[in-house]
Amino acid sequence: MDSRLQDVVNNLKARYSGVVREFRGEVTVLLEPEHLIPAFTCIKDEFGFDMLEAETAVDYWPQTSPRFHVVYQLYSMEKNIQLRIRVPLDGNAPTLPTIERIFPNANWHEREIWDMFGIRFDGHSDPRRLLMPADWQGHPLRKDYPLGYEEVQFDFNAEEIMVHKPRPEK
Amino acid sequence: MTEKTSNYRETNIDELRHLVTGRALTGETMLLNMGPQHPSTHGVLRLLLELDGEIVLNCIPDIGFLHTGVEKNMESKTYQKAEVMTDRLDYLNNVGNNFVYCMAVEKLVDLDVPERAQAVRVILAELTRISSHLLWIGTSALDLAAMSVFMYAMREREMILDIMEMCSGQRMMTTYIRPGGLWRDVPAEFDGAVRNFVNIFPRRLDEYESMLTKNALFLERTVGIGPISQEDCIRYGITGPVLRASGRAFDLRKIRPYSGYEKYDFTVPTQTAGDVYARYLVRVQEMRESIKIIDQAINKLPGGPIRSSNRKFVPPPRSEIGVSMEALIHHFKLWTEGFPAPAESVYVTAESPRGEIGVFLEGDGGPKPWRIHYRTPSLLNLQVMPLITRNHFVADLVGIIGSLDVILGDSDR
Repeated sequence: MDSRLQDVVNNLKARYSGVVREFRGEVTVLLEPEHLIPAFTCIKDEFGFDMLEAETAVDYWPQTSPRFHVVYQLYSMEKNIQLRIRVPLDGNAPTLPTIERIFPNANWHEREIWDMFGIRFDGHSDPRRLLMPADWQGHPLRKDYPLGYEEVQFDFNAEEIMVHKPRPEK
Repeated sequence: MTEKTSNYRETNIDELRHLVTGRALTGETMLLNMGPQHPSTHGVLRLLLELDGEIVLNCIPDIGFLHTGVEKNMESKTYQKAEVMTDRLDYLNNVGNNFVYCMAVEKLVDLDVPERAQAVRVILAELTRISSHLLWIGTSALDLAAMSVFMYAMREREMILDIMEMCSGQRMMTTYIRPGGLWRDVPAEFDGAVRNFVNIFPRRLDEYESMLTKNALFLERTVGIGPISQEDCIRYGITGPVLRASGRAFDLRKIRPYSGYEKYDFTVPTQTAGDVYARYLVRVQEMRESIKIIDQAINKLPGGPIRSSNRKFVPPPRSEIGVSMEALIHHFKLWTEGFPAPAESVYVTAESPRGEIGVFLEGDGGPKPWRIHYRTPSLLNLQVMPLITRNHFVADLVGIIGSLDVILGDSDR
């Protein structure tokens, strides 16, 4: 492991009780949700990780504890090192604080995760769906969401399909 | 006529209240819908604009019209079969998508790639970069009413598509790069066709430049339009030509070299203005650098195998199947079951024509990916639209969308 990366990892371990995993040279730190904001502030301000490269989630259904992992891929432009943070989440409708104030591009990433996985982000400035239509039911990338079986809607069969479609709560 | 009630829920203004100014609610400013069927949005991008006369106050991108559930679909296919979905993401960088996906799979299962395959991958990836930039230069100039560049650019793009067809049998959705190497070796005519292109293309690029670079009308429409600072780019995760046009020489081919890019001599073009014109200059220069890379790679193209000989992951050649029982078993197992990958995750990146394309791939010990996520540059480029279009004319918006080089298949997945 890069010595500069080792420094960050040691800090996360000591201060936020992070659990470290390494696979093929990629370092992942597991953090509990309550440490998320302080840890990210520290990573950005003290260790110069200035770019959020990617943010996504993984669903481990039928496992429930943890059911989800939210994955953050961070990058330091200055030092050219990468770090992955994983936050495990329990239950079917979890919430997590948003990191939008620390990394502004998390805005759309978190909208996508809400859309696809149904993970709520507390304090998010624009909590709408990103990709699916606003009245969509369910979260497609969850493992208990079936693949397919959505009938293609045309003019001639639109009404017929709408009869069977789930309706949004009024 | 009987009144028909709609079952579709419309987005109402209350939901967007936090994204527009208070003046929109009183009707003082106008809310205008642009797209998703607008020719200059390069696909199905919908923008909700708040206008004060001709001036854009707010721009709210609405994406997802091209969402095809690629990530979900890939989870239900084996590693080899899932690859065909990747071409369809960013349809102008199809080879690049295969490339980064294969690198992720190779890293996850620890698979080697022979030198020849690496060099051919680089040649094809750079050709794809040029073909993507050619489509971009054509269409974005067309949006700014420069008609002729489009015709010329399409002519040269056709040469690249012919090379793709020669190798893979497909012009666009090639799936030619496979985990562990290539589908098959390049044909005998490949060398001549690539050299021909390398000879012709720099002169053709001069032609395009003579039509645009000093064209007063083009300068009028591009200089000082849609500037973005280096700091904003980094804050919003923007990479590629947009970041380089604002002064940072960030190129993953240099920073995290993959597939032997460290062996080629090329420079990373930058500009400092960060506006539409700077992005134009950077992309044109990038095409020249790509030609340099292709030239070096084709001259030093090593011989040898084009696929890894690790039979646990790469199917044996047809000639072996008839004579070797193990080969037959491997062939059968690989195409029915697939190969297992460890329950770990990797994040692999490459430089696409639009910026950093990343694959987050997680296995579960079985033959299908448990989770695959594409980090796509277009999504992040679109996210700054509100920031960089503010206080510009609606007409300039068209130039800005073009200069970001947004591909909706890439952002919507």
